[in-house]
Amino acid sequence: MAAHRRLEVSEVGDVTVVRFVDRKILDEASIQELGHELFQLVEQEKRKKLLLNFSKVDFLSSAALGKLITLDKKVKAQSGKLKFSNIRPEIYEVFAITKLNKLFDIKDDEAGALAAF
Amino acid sequence: MSDHAWTWRTELFIPSETGAGQRVLEDVLGQLAAQQWSEHEVHGIHLALEEALVNAIRHGNRSDINKQVHVACKVSASKLWVQIRDEGPGFNPDDVPDCTEPDRLEVPSGRGIMLMRAFMSRVEYNECGNCVVMEKERPSMPR
Repeated sequence: MAAHRRLEVSEVGDVTVVRFVDRKILDEASIQELGHELFQLVEQEKRKKLLLNFSKVDFLSSAALGKLITLDKKVKAQSGKLKFSNIRPEIYEVFAITKLNKLFDIKDDEAGALAAF
Repeated sequence: MSDHAWTWRTELFIPSETGAGQRVLEDVLGQLAAQQWSEHEVHGIHLALEEALVNAIRHGNRSDINKQVHVACKVSASKLWVQIRDEGPGFNPDDVPDCTEPDRLEVPSGRGIMLMRAFMSRVEYNECGNCVVMEKERPSMPR
């Protein structure tokens, strides 16, 4: 398994739970690194069930949203499932404004997301 | 605008690398917090400023380190005014597709201006599109 700088990766059953190291996901280098680590989970490590827990995240720029969209495409291409949980109201507002809450499967908390796989 | 009681101003040039705007962003956000702007307001302004700076650096100046971005900002307890100007040729904001259209949802880019407009009271580009002015006004506070 690859080492991760931007992510904390764990397993709950056959679901890979991912948490973010950074509270603010905004600078270009971090976003590139984050995207690379997320994509590796799907493309190299072939993980099929991914849960991204956003509990530590209190800022997300549109560039980071772009990486999540690309991740979603890669997961779907592998016939996998991607869910998000623990998104703070300020961050959820960004998903709602951009209508990305219609694209992504967003649950309130990790337990609810895990049960939905 | 000129007779408003601004309590803080800044004006500077930053290089065209996306990390360069963080210092001025932190200064602005610090001033807003000191002026008792709410966390929700500060979060929205942070996002709008971040998007505008990245647009100027990445799209306007094409990340050319020989080009600079001019940032001017004024803050008070009730208003924020910011101007961001790049050295690029400009663009027409009306040409940016609506990122919320169903066939655009899966496009990874193109959300910056929408987010700027969502969180700021006013977003205006100059005629050629290489300069944006954004304002945020707080609702009137009860006396």
